[in-house]
Amino acid sequence: MSDDLHTDPAGGHGHDEIEPVRTGELETRFRDPGLPAHIYRRSDIDPRAAKRREREVAALFGLSTLGTLLFIVAFFVIKPTDASGSEMLSRVGLSTKLLGLGLGLALFCIGAGAIHWAKTLMPDDEIVAVRKPMRSSDEDRAGAIEAMKEGAAGAGLGRRKLIRNSLVGALAPLGLLAIIPLRDLGPLPGDSLEHTAWKAGKRLMSDPAGHPIKPEDMEIGGVVHVLPEGIENSEHPLNDEAKATAIVIRLAPEDLDNQRPDRKGWDVSGIVCYSKVCTHVGCPVGLYEQQTHHLLCPCHQSTFDVTRNCEVIFGPAHRPLPQLKLTTDSDGYLVAAQDFQEPVGPSFWERGN
Amino acid sequence: MPDLEKSAGKIANDIDERFGSANFVRRSARKVFPDHWSFMLGEIALYSFIILLLTGTFLALWFKPSQGQVVYDGSYVPLHGLRMSEAYASTLHISFDVRGGLIIRQIHHWAALIFVAAMIVHSARVFFTGAFRKPRETNWLIGVGLISLSIIEGLLGYSLPDDLLSGTGFRIAEGVLLSIPVVGTYLSFFLFGGQFPGEDLIPRIYTIHVLLLPGIFLALITVHVMLVWYQKHTQYPGEGRTEKNSVGYPFFPVYTAKAGGFFFITFGVTTLLSAFATINPIWLFGPYTPTQVSAGSQPDFYMGFLEGVLRMFPNWEIHAFGDTLSLNVLVPTLLIPGLLFTAMAIYPMLEAWVTGDHREHHILDRPRNAPTRTGIGVMAIVTWLILLAAGANDILAITFHLSINSITWFFRFAVFTIPPLSYLVTKRICLGLQRRDRDLVLHGRETGRIVRLAHGEMIEVHEPISEAERFVLTQHESPRPLELEPAADANGIPRRHILASKIRARMSRFYFEDTVAPPTPAEVHELESHH
Repeated sequence: MSDDLHTDPAGGHGHDEIEPVRTGELETRFRDPGLPAHIYRRSDIDPRAAKRREREVAALFGLSTLGTLLFIVAFFVIKPTDASGSEMLSRVGLSTKLLGLGLGLALFCIGAGAIHWAKTLMPDDEIVAVRKPMRSSDEDRAGAIEAMKEGAAGAGLGRRKLIRNSLVGALAPLGLLAIIPLRDLGPLPGDSLEHTAWKAGKRLMSDPAGHPIKPEDMEIGGVVHVLPEGIENSEHPLNDEAKATAIVIRLAPEDLDNQRPDRKGWDVSGIVCYSKVCTHVGCPVGLYEQQTHHLLCPCHQSTFDVTRNCEVIFGPAHRPLPQLKLTTDSDGYLVAAQDFQEPVGPSFWERGN
Repeated sequence: MPDLEKSAGKIANDIDERFGSANFVRRSARKVFPDHWSFMLGEIALYSFIILLLTGTFLALWFKPSQGQVVYDGSYVPLHGLRMSEAYASTLHISFDVRGGLIIRQIHHWAALIFVAAMIVHSARVFFTGAFRKPRETNWLIGVGLISLSIIEGLLGYSLPDDLLSGTGFRIAEGVLLSIPVVGTYLSFFLFGGQFPGEDLIPRIYTIHVLLLPGIFLALITVHVMLVWYQKHTQYPGEGRTEKNSVGYPFFPVYTAKAGGFFFITFGVTTLLSAFATINPIWLFGPYTPTQVSAGSQPDFYMGFLEGVLRMFPNWEIHAFGDTLSLNVLVPTLLIPGLLFTAMAIYPMLEAWVTGDHREHHILDRPRNAPTRTGIGVMAIVTWLILLAAGANDILAITFHLSINSITWFFRFAVFTIPPLSYLVTKRICLGLQRRDRDLVLHGRETGRIVRLAHGEMIEVHEPISEAERFVLTQHESPRPLELEPAADANGIPRRHILASKIRARMSRFYFEDTVAPPTPAEVHELESHH
């Protein structure tokens, strides 16, 4: 911290700070008039005004103490957890407002008082400090180079190449020791992204109610969010749900005319099932527009056309939502005929076409 | 009183005999700090960081960073019986069962928003006034680092409660990681400890959020403030202010009181805001489940520009050799932000290269006197605002009953057309203001007083501006474009780096070809002698 403070004894008039005017310079540059004369505040010349300012500052600090008191009283008087239901909620609201008001006042008034004090009662003469260029003097630079050279010569790094090279060889791979232990942060992906919990014969259970679905229970235009049966008992339910979540929609027969020929028979009497995981970055595609048969992702507005095997018709997603082939079991409930035939969700490097 | 002074003297003596502190105090107590309201923007950021440390420590006393599943039976009845993570349950506990917990949570969240916002506005102030120039390039770089890290820190922070909104944020983060070529899938599995969402994420990001990143912030902020102290603060042009001095109030007592007071004001205002404006009511969102999302999901504002690029980018994806490259995710979330932040970081070096100006600068530019720089800055801000708006295209569509498709297409065109337009308009405005300054110096201020001269001519009386004002309006330099260096030097030896020199001359023309020079005393003298 090289400080070089030379306050100007002449009350802050910085005339000696101005660069000397060279001959002819007057023609190209206006002269710096120098610091203006100091203007005295009322509180500088009128002791009664100063006293008034003093009382104002004290009043602000006093208000701060009141804020602290308000906080303490509110803290001990209002006990939200003594109540329940909506009474508890309104007490939390009141407590939050009063505690915030108390704390806010306590803090704000200290700040306001301090600044009012500084602005009205502390000296407001501007002072001038000399600013030296950051660059060191030539002697310092020469000295620094000398010292470094001397040190380097002492260490002999230039001469003792064996030490230098072996040191580089020791330091360079040291970073590996910070990275290699991170290996156990997680398992390798393997093919886990390619499969979901759907299997042939798995019933479609409505989410979140958890009921199996019969085709005749669904009206045309009806929508049910589904998960595979028994997923809540899996080892990692959330991980499995994140991939298996799907949406079932019953279309009118004429709305199936534009389906891909190789997907014929994937529906059960117009009921189709698609992965709910957006092929963009994985949000649940949960908004179904009944009139247009569009599925819309609420995160980035990718729009999929259910009448055309959920092809992308707008937005940043590239691939259609994967379709789940449906059939019914012996009890007449909707079941998966097989797992999804492609990875669900966002694209990843190892994913094929 | 003498007793008090004596014991204070004893303490000071004890300290000085151990640390030699008198030398430092003597030099620092009267250190000069220039005064201006715009210098307080960085202070707001600094104080918000301190508020974040204090409130964050308080929250950490109760928060349980765990994705272990529990069935909720706490005070908030509507969620009774729901399965949720311990992280979410403990956030509910902080909000409802810990007295003062909710206000501290709200202060923490508001202070985070104010922290990022203050840094952004502070960096704009530094940019437009040229405060990033030599010798302060390092502090600019630290600032860019702080802003970019704060975006990550904010994302981690609002993800910790593990509510439906924040979980969706990390679902998107997973998609972003997966889009990285070759290693993306591995990175995702290493971050989440396996498949999404897993059970490792919350404890991991908790450590990063409360230890690693705050430690880095603390180190960077310390260096940032120490450099301001060591290199001394810049000052605006004015009477008595030169490149070789620093004019203002002493650190003790005036700045101690003002800056210390301003910390309390910042804390107080943030607290009052948190008392009356609810933020992030996670109990309304419900616990995270990967099967659900609420419509109209919006991240905190500082994520908005990323959301905007992600929403408007075309759905390009390349499939080749059995691999998949999702440009629709990789480019908008990683490449474009990377480019934007790199451009911001290297700007001071770029400007110094183009202008050939390698001198120290301590007097700030008035933005109008650097029209090209000001234009570039406005262009950057306008781009950012367009991306921010594009990130809210669903909200815009609902609010104004517009088609989301047309809004998205509008933004796709707007992001390429409006920023250059804003550059041109800003530059014209700056040049206009420079001409007005010239006019003020040469002809004085219009008084609105019409006088009829003896021979019948009517004139409006112009009043000369003060000497001080004239100095402010004329103190700046008016650089001319760098000339293209000749292809061979004086000895006829061909110069190297001809291409670089050509680019530089062209960019220098771009910067300076239409600057308006400030009037000189000679010009005023000439005008006066003609009257």
